[in-house]
Amino acid sequence: MKLFSTSSRGGRIGSIAAIATVVALAATGCAATNGGDSGDGGGDSAGTIAFLPKQLNNPYTDVVLGGGEEGAAAIGYDSEVLGPLEASASAQIPFIEQATQQGTKVIVIAANDPDAVGPALQTAREAGAKIVAFDSDTNPDYRDIFISQVVAKDVALIQLEIISEQIGGSGEIAILSATATATNQNEWIKFMEEELESNPDYADIKLVAKVYGDDDADKSFQETQGLLSSYPDLAGIISPTTVGIAAAAKYLSTSDYKGKVALTGLGLPNEMREFVKDGTVQEFALWDPAQLGYVAAFAGKALVDGTITGAEGDTFDAGDMGEITVGANGVAIVGPPTRFNADNIDEYDF
Amino acid sequence: MSKTMTTTSRGQLSRRLIGHDAVIFYILITVVIISMITVNYFASTLTVGFLLIQVLPILLIAMPMALVIVSGEIDLSVASTAGLTSATMGVLWRDSGLDIGTVMALSLLVGVLCGAFNGFLITTLGLPSLAVTIGTLALYRGLALVVIGDQKVASFPKELNAFVLSKIGNTGIPVMMIFALIVIAFFAVLLHFTPFGRGLYALGYSPQAATFVGVRVGHAKFWMFVATGVVSSMVGVFLTLRLASAGPDNGTGLELSVIAAVLLGGVSIFGGKGNIPGVVGGVLLIGTLTYALRLAKVPETALIIVTGGLLVLSVVAPSVIAWGKERIRLNRVHREVQGQNAPGITRA
Repeated sequence: MKLFSTSSRGGRIGSIAAIATVVALAATGCAATNGGDSGDGGGDSAGTIAFLPKQLNNPYTDVVLGGGEEGAAAIGYDSEVLGPLEASASAQIPFIEQATQQGTKVIVIAANDPDAVGPALQTAREAGAKIVAFDSDTNPDYRDIFISQVVAKDVALIQLEIISEQIGGSGEIAILSATATATNQNEWIKFMEEELESNPDYADIKLVAKVYGDDDADKSFQETQGLLSSYPDLAGIISPTTVGIAAAAKYLSTSDYKGKVALTGLGLPNEMREFVKDGTVQEFALWDPAQLGYVAAFAGKALVDGTITGAEGDTFDAGDMGEITVGANGVAIVGPPTRFNADNIDEYDF
Repeated sequence: MSKTMTTTSRGQLSRRLIGHDAVIFYILITVVIISMITVNYFASTLTVGFLLIQVLPILLIAMPMALVIVSGEIDLSVASTAGLTSATMGVLWRDSGLDIGTVMALSLLVGVLCGAFNGFLITTLGLPSLAVTIGTLALYRGLALVVIGDQKVASFPKELNAFVLSKIGNTGIPVMMIFALIVIAFFAVLLHFTPFGRGLYALGYSPQAATFVGVRVGHAKFWMFVATGVVSSMVGVFLTLRLASAGPDNGTGLELSVIAAVLLGGVSIFGGKGNIPGVVGGVLLIGTLTYALRLAKVPETALIIVTGGLLVLSVVAPSVIAWGKERIRLNRVHREVQGQNAPGITRA
């Protein structure tokens, strides 16, 4: 008899614990909602721009988003950053759906996969949102305009040029990329491969391996380690992703290969500064990522206002960046890449 | 044994009402009501559609996973199986010229093979499922990359892509939920109403005892892993059509969401305990909570802390309660034994 009474008391303790959980969760939920509301109550905003980077907490992304928020503020829009913690194809979809449900006017997205986000973006468009792709394009069917950092071919070629200068025009090179399906990296790699094939200046350079660090610092670090042990004659590494080049530089700087194996690619000056100063890396390239977000915000406004449709030849005002013209396939180019080396790196802070 | 029987017959209803699965549903309903009141935009049919489509892959795989965990095993390779299925489906569709129905059927075969391979290693060779499926988690994902490389196939029939996202009338409920209900019903009946299902509980409690009472241990386990493989493949096909894109990375990370939801739903990681309604509740609870918190603009970093904390709590709470009960029982036994011994001091 006693047993029964004690066991049901145990059950009650369980229910009480459960109810306590609910209350706690509800409290967080309410607190968050209130926070969100006060954020929204910023006055007569023209609408909201939702920025969907490939993933959050990526230093490069943070700079792009910083520019985007600046741009949104300049045109009187609220901005909101939504995104997954990991860069996978399907992880962005819930956030597109969230933006749709919130009636966001402009969705600015860097696609992890050009097609996987398509159906969700289609739904968002049907609900009235304008879609601006930036940094990494979606399938052109699913967006109004694509804001590209630079001409993809220029980005690919500048990296080849730098590596060729550093290894003296001959030797084995390898590529440390982001994910195996990343749109922009794959496009650059394709251009690099074509140029290596066709340009006689690069006849003695041999691309021996392409590895993928998945934009994860640890994995990129290990892939670099793997490359150097598998290819003892490796003369240089190109890493066309900021996470990759930083991880590779970190490995090289503490290994015997420091200064012997050349490393270049696309990096952030703030992350690469120590490696440029300690001689691990001589020179790398990038555009100013903040401009990308800034222009994307202006493009979104122009689309909402109906001044452009994303057709070739449309022009829109992009604040400090002047007037920007939309090219073929709805692609607008922001600017040429910049080379960073020991001489100029201290002039940049991003 | 007789004590348990009496408890069951005495308080079956009240036990149901305070059982883990019931508590999960109370929390779920509370979360839904609070969200409807406090979270902007939550109370709409859009929520139903987006939310159910988002949890569908987890819900589907959680069914066979619940059975696997009840039987005291685990399968970590589910997401990779889905990825390999997606990759295979993409390549078949692009290169083989077969019609989409045949391609989908052949893709499901991938799941059968992946599951059978897991089952073979675990039952025939007697290896631990944790070790085996950590291996096949990497192996199947690797094979997916070999099959399709860094390519994507996106040319699936548009009608089919639209179909998997279509809703039943204007209820907002995705048509695919009908399919999910069939899968749920199948596994619920299998676990709760067949000798096979009871055998899985017995296995989870004690494989040795189960063998003695005549459960064909290897046989049961083997088919569990095949079932997990097949359902994972179905999810692979679903994800491919839902994303309109076949790639090697489809479904990445899904295995942990599935296992988290199954455990939250009251299935014991040590095996032998849990039921299908609880698991359905667990999946819906994590899904709804995540959805509502996102809509309430809770930062993603804080969100994983909330869901992680909830999971830890759900695993810890039953253990703490069981520990408390056990303490009370031991105290009582101790007192009874002392009481019995008191008259016969001479024996000591």
